[in-house]
Amino acid sequence: MYITLSDRGAASTPATKGRAISRVSSTVIAMGIVSMFTDISSESVAAVLPLYITAAMGMSTIAYGFIDGLYQGVSAVVRIGGGWAADRSDQPKWVAFFGYGISALARIWLLFATGFGAVTSVVAIDRLGKGIRTAPRDALITASSRADNLGRSFGVHRMLDTIGAAVGPLLAFVILWILPGGYRAIFVLSLAFAIIGVLILGAVVRNGRPAREAGRRPVRRFWNAGDLKLPGMPRLLVATGALSLVTVGDGFIYLVLQARSSFAAEWFPLLYVGTNVVFLVLAIPLGRCADRVGRGRVFLIGHLALFAVYLVTTIPVGGVAITFLCLALLGAFYAATDGVLSALTAQLTPPESTASGIAATQTVTAIARLIASAGFGMLWFALGREHAMQLVAGLAVLAVVASFVVLRPLLGVLRSPVSVAREFDE
Amino acid sequence: MNARVRMISVVAACVLILGGAVSYGMVAFASYQRAEKEPSEVGAVHKTGAAAATAAPRIVFRDTAPGSDYGHVASVPLDDPSGTRAVTDLVCDRVYETNRYESCLRTNAGVVTTYTATLLDHSGSIVKKWGLPGLPSRTRISHDDKLAAFTSFVTGSAYATVGFSTATDIYSISDGHDYGNIEQFTLYIDGAVNTAADRNVWGVTFVPGDDNAFFATAATGGNTYLVRGDLNARTLTAVHKTAECPSVSPDGTRVAFKVNVSKTSTAYWNVAVLDLASGRLTMMPDKRDMDDQVEWLNDSTILYGLPRKGAPGDYDVWATAADGTGSPSLLIQHAWSPAVITQ
Repeated sequence: MYITLSDRGAASTPATKGRAISRVSSTVIAMGIVSMFTDISSESVAAVLPLYITAAMGMSTIAYGFIDGLYQGVSAVVRIGGGWAADRSDQPKWVAFFGYGISALARIWLLFATGFGAVTSVVAIDRLGKGIRTAPRDALITASSRADNLGRSFGVHRMLDTIGAAVGPLLAFVILWILPGGYRAIFVLSLAFAIIGVLILGAVVRNGRPAREAGRRPVRRFWNAGDLKLPGMPRLLVATGALSLVTVGDGFIYLVLQARSSFAAEWFPLLYVGTNVVFLVLAIPLGRCADRVGRGRVFLIGHLALFAVYLVTTIPVGGVAITFLCLALLGAFYAATDGVLSALTAQLTPPESTASGIAATQTVTAIARLIASAGFGMLWFALGREHAMQLVAGLAVLAVVASFVVLRPLLGVLRSPVSVAREFDE
Repeated sequence: MNARVRMISVVAACVLILGGAVSYGMVAFASYQRAEKEPSEVGAVHKTGAAAATAAPRIVFRDTAPGSDYGHVASVPLDDPSGTRAVTDLVCDRVYETNRYESCLRTNAGVVTTYTATLLDHSGSIVKKWGLPGLPSRTRISHDDKLAAFTSFVTGSAYATVGFSTATDIYSISDGHDYGNIEQFTLYIDGAVNTAADRNVWGVTFVPGDDNAFFATAATGGNTYLVRGDLNARTLTAVHKTAECPSVSPDGTRVAFKVNVSKTSTAYWNVAVLDLASGRLTMMPDKRDMDDQVEWLNDSTILYGLPRKGAPGDYDVWATAADGTGSPSLLIQHAWSPAVITQ
């Protein structure tokens, strides 16, 4: 076995003083900007799609929500393929480019799509593109960052990404406000942002070759089973699976808040914006924190924030303060887990299989969350809102304790954990 | 191409692309403004405030004629549905009106878009207002003016998607009691309590002369049911399978609803009328796809809205004999969400 876990720390260069964003590589910032434009593009459309289907096309949204869950499953599976292709070719940038590209092409189709089937197909293709690009994108971020500031790099990327997710819907609604029925204008603008994202990725982002740059050969087999046997990976996969199985969809939390407080009911369609704002504000601080105190630790504490939300929702008081508290905790959960999980995975995988490793943890997370949401949906009606939340909160405590035990070896600060021998010199 | 030149070309290309999209938006905005200033293409008089409240028998609806009246609540005399319409200031996505009250569901477009249900009295002042969790769908007021109901979809964004979901509230105007989301009522299907996760309830219609009873749609496991609701007992009991958006006839003997006749996953609805005493189901002759809650013009004629061909966002209200004979006829052009007020 050529891979050893070590805590050399020698790879880390002395920290330079300066603003957080200036200390991550320009590639990470460029990737963040690409994600920001792409998210403005996809979220502006996603926000108005139910309205478009019912109001402008005169159709019912019944089938829409149903199909949405299916697409998320497809996206999770495609992710594995995207990760593998990035590792196999050692060209994560161009695999990601392909993913961003087909999402952009889907937007062109959206301009001409007329039926319900056509519109949902566009959404499906967009999801496929998203599934393909995520792991290669994170592998490229890893290859462009130092081992000791991975958390910060992902924090910067996720902040820019989330700005896009927050701006997209607001932009779409402003357009509808000024121009009632202006769906086509939104679709045109969405296409423009998608093309800009693809353009910046293609022309500005460096073509990182993770394996080659580390002096290693790209993986050859389709699924490198060795990835799963890397020290720490089985533990991480088990822990993320367990934690994600008790992560119910945000939608359910918003529904509880909506039933509790008239404030949340009135602002229901916007609760996720509140979550996103907290996410983007905390993404960098918590990413840095993860670099300093340990990514596994912050990842676990992030889940505690989510489970605190469950507990808060079971307290029989409503009101504005409770709503804000829940949104803040939910945003903190995303900031402490989303990018941090990629950083944690990246530090456990050698450069030639980072994308596959990230794809594996993200797929486990996505599938476990789908199962969690479906299961919680049943509890919701079988036990009622409160008892369902209490049960999940209880299970969550067990999951955190179990994950703490499983993740124990990974909780510390591992500056340069996967130390690999160079296989060849260039 | 050196880095500097490349950077400048990328920025220039981005500016060009965005500029193109923005100019498209500006052209669209200019043509919208032109259309907005044009008078409505149907004959209309404009009334404001209390003047809009006529006591005459009438059909109230949402005006969908392109132009300045689009989206406004309007009415036509019951005996002259194709006559000049009286247009009010009120803007709604979905409207229902009785002698004393008006229920208005609307989308409040803005930097932050919200959805509300408003119950107004005849002078136009607000009785009660609710925030809705998503797009407006259906609303009804009982003809004895004691109960009001409204349904909305539960839509947030992609982040908040929990599958197809509806929220239906019933409010007692007479005693101010809010029954809340009636999805929480106990649902009986074939005599057994149903606790399925995917349960949804929508499209309430009140039973004339009974302020405890109503009909609605309940859906679970891919099936829809016509359910009879009991407000005091907080129960919903399935009485007929495959029925959505029911509407009870003024004499209380029949229920009209839409039936999904599609063999694929994409729904396609036709209207049917169920005789409650005999259980006989009569399909209406109109074979066009209909997504609306039927309104009864009288005991022998039903009304419903259909999208106007080639004009997104525009609808017409059609009438057809409730016994399934004859063929549908166009009753009110450029109209949606009809409510019949007979006295």
